[in-house]
Amino acid sequence: MTDRDEGGAVATAPDGAHAQTSPVLIEAHGLTKRFGDFTAVDGIDVEVHRGEAFGFLGPNGAGKSSTMRMIGCVSPPTGGRLGILGLDPRADGPRIRARLGVVPQRDTLDEELTVRENVIVYARYFGISRATARQKADELLEFAQLTERADSKVEPLSGGMKRRLTIARSLVNDPEILLLDEPTTGLDPQARHVLWDRLFRLKRQGVTLVLTTHYMDEAEQLCDRLVVMDGGRIVAEGSPRSLIEQWSTREVLELRFAADDHAPFAAAVDGLGERVEVLPDRLLVYTDDGDAAAEALLGRGVRPLSVLVRRSTLEDVFLRLTGRTLVD
Amino acid sequence: MTASAQQLGAESTPAGTRVPTGEVSALPATPRPGALAGRAFVYWLAVYRRVWLGSAISSFLAPLLYLGAMGFGLGTLVNRSGGGIDGVPYAQFVAPGVLAATAMQTAAGESTYMVMGAVKWQRQYHAMLAGPLGPVDLVLGHAAYILVRITLACVAFTLVAAVLGALASPLAVVGLLVAILCGAAHGPVIMAFSARQENDGNFNLLFRFGIIPMFLFAGTFFPVDRLPAWIQPLAWVTPLWNGTTSVRQLTLGVPDWPAIAAHCAYLLAWVAVGLVLAFRSFRARLVT
Amino acid sequence: MTARTWAAPVARAIPIPAGAGMARMLVERNARSFKAFWPTIVSGFFEPVFYLFSLGVGLGTVVGDVDVGDGRTVPYAAFVAPALLASSAMNGAVFDTTGNVFFKLKYSRLYDSVLATPLGPRDVAVGEVTWAMVRGTAYSAAFLVVMALAHVVTSWWAVLTLPAAVLVGLAFAGVGMAATTYMRSWQDLDLVQLAVLPMFLFSATFYPLSTYPPSLQWVVQITPLYQGVTLVRDLALGTVGWTTLGNALYLVLLGLLGMGVAARRLERTLLS
Repeated sequence: MTDRDEGGAVATAPDGAHAQTSPVLIEAHGLTKRFGDFTAVDGIDVEVHRGEAFGFLGPNGAGKSSTMRMIGCVSPPTGGRLGILGLDPRADGPRIRARLGVVPQRDTLDEELTVRENVIVYARYFGISRATARQKADELLEFAQLTERADSKVEPLSGGMKRRLTIARSLVNDPEILLLDEPTTGLDPQARHVLWDRLFRLKRQGVTLVLTTHYMDEAEQLCDRLVVMDGGRIVAEGSPRSLIEQWSTREVLELRFAADDHAPFAAAVDGLGERVEVLPDRLLVYTDDGDAAAEALLGRGVRPLSVLVRRSTLEDVFLRLTGRTLVD
Repeated sequence: MTASAQQLGAESTPAGTRVPTGEVSALPATPRPGALAGRAFVYWLAVYRRVWLGSAISSFLAPLLYLGAMGFGLGTLVNRSGGGIDGVPYAQFVAPGVLAATAMQTAAGESTYMVMGAVKWQRQYHAMLAGPLGPVDLVLGHAAYILVRITLACVAFTLVAAVLGALASPLAVVGLLVAILCGAAHGPVIMAFSARQENDGNFNLLFRFGIIPMFLFAGTFFPVDRLPAWIQPLAWVTPLWNGTTSVRQLTLGVPDWPAIAAHCAYLLAWVAVGLVLAFRSFRARLVT
Repeated sequence: MTARTWAAPVARAIPIPAGAGMARMLVERNARSFKAFWPTIVSGFFEPVFYLFSLGVGLGTVVGDVDVGDGRTVPYAAFVAPALLASSAMNGAVFDTTGNVFFKLKYSRLYDSVLATPLGPRDVAVGEVTWAMVRGTAYSAAFLVVMALAHVVTSWWAVLTLPAAVLVGLAFAGVGMAATTYMRSWQDLDLVQLAVLPMFLFSATFYPLSTYPPSLQWVVQITPLYQGVTLVRDLALGTVGWTTLGNALYLVLLGLLGMGVAARRLERTLLS
């Protein structure tokens, strides 16, 4: 089933010693996940290197969470090959999980325990001694800026605090890879920035991050490399910068007109830029110089309700690749 | 009594949407407390459709199982060794006790989690209060529903017990009414307690130290006079003992009417005081 | 680091889903969360005591002595008390593994976080059953003390009623946990009551098996609580025989079977 000896990249050593030397921590070939008739992940190829922040960007239902669950060894792949730290999830699930940190999409905090106990008990699941667990809990709570709430129950914490606690908890076993599934979904902007800051620090400490998100700003800010997923498939791959350069222009001219349907206006902006995208509520003109295009537009006598010049984002990349926006 | 948009004289636009013309409600300005209890009552009946299976098990099946195992199974031993209890076959002794206890259990079961849930979790009470209903309506409506549940459970048990020969006298019909009253005596006071709870930890204590000891010691399975003398007064003050004693006299056909009247008056007092406490408790908890 | 327990070699022989042998960590977690609920702990002790004094002593005044089969008769309280011990072990085990576990499965989703660690489904099943047994043993021990104080134990075999109660707990914790993995809503918990109450009432708890017509006795004899009641009663009254060993074996096998089913169901539902 899983071919483990191919050119040393995924060769297994009895104690996983390979992981200390090889730069490839996660390797997937043709990875597939099916639930009955429904294919959530349709044959994807992924490589994650040590020390990088790797992202899966895509809308809801793209198969990101299913992929993360397979990498986290809590969901068996239906097809293809998956190697994590040189080990096979099917045979060595517990051993792999002992070296992973997981921050799930929904906080699965233990509401019957205090904040500190949550971290200690989680440490115990990894077989860490009670004394070490207590010490690590104090360190991690400080990292997560939760020391004042250490003895409080979990329920009264804010969403951002709960998420930080989940991250603190996930680090208790000094994981080599940290898996984060939609880490800032549902958080207010300030909480998101605090979280990003913590994740940057982890990156600097050498932890490999793998995250999924449908927020393009998160992907652009945090990820060194990412893949764009849609409908269970990978539609593009690269660094945020290279993806934008490859699939979009430097700038975008956003136009809104006073109408329910923007399609008729496409003719009016023809030729202003390389490409035009028609959305239900606006028109996007892709060009390398947005200001020039805006002037040219006015020169044609077109009067939109609003004109906005901005830089391209990963959202535009996604739109180009799939014809849809990231957030429906 | 319900007012629909049509009766309020709403207009129709060509697109078919309705715009109210300014009259807000066909109800009087401030309804009398309790006048709208019927709406709350109807709501709880609808809830019952979803949860009937669990209640069927605890309110219908469970008492019959107790009657079978204790009245008839254990009854074999009791009847053999002592000719029943003071000459009464054990099944006929136990049946009225189980009847009254079923009324109590049903009332307790319905007055605890559902009430707290309506305050804290599903917050149905808040939804009702957002309309024209007041706390008194809530209490009466829910209490009426609990009364219906008690009645259903007691009637079902009485029918089966009669078929099994555990009810000796036609006066058991009156006993049925007394049993319902006995159940009703427990409802409102427990509702008052439940509405003030923040979590269900105290329900555990209520059942463990209130309901179950009553069930075990208030004369259901053996006469209270077999208990040590110092405990007996504790039994006499419980609503259940008052209910059980009266119901038993009626089902056995040996009614002491003055005593029964006194017991019933006592039970009614529990109902009245319970309701007052419940009004107060609901108002304190919900209208802040 | 690898964690090994005595269960590891056994586990490889039996085809139940793999874990990391770390079930005891889940027991520890439960113990920690339990500290906050001490009123429940203390109150849980009283219930069988109430049953003992009402249905044991109180009923004893209307029931005469009971014939226990080998020509002896014992006071009714001595007949009922061991059955109450077994029943309370059953009730405790079932309550723990159904209500609590169902809540963890469906609402707090505790096992989602547990299974992201080296622990596996088998650890969860074993851990929860072990915890139920630990709690049950504490209650049973206290009840046994009360029984001794009430002079309802008549034989030195009675010391073994405590491990016997543990076996009853094991059997019902295993079955309870397995049943919980099939439940889909709170309403299903009522079905547990539907199984437990008849067993409590009809397993020769309050009257001997001979009360039943001979053609029906076998139906009662195959039920788990009857096995438990008989085991505990025989030990308490000193009427021990080869059937005692059979009772114990029945309970152990039932518990192991339940745990195995639970582990497999957990794997199927949580690790799909």
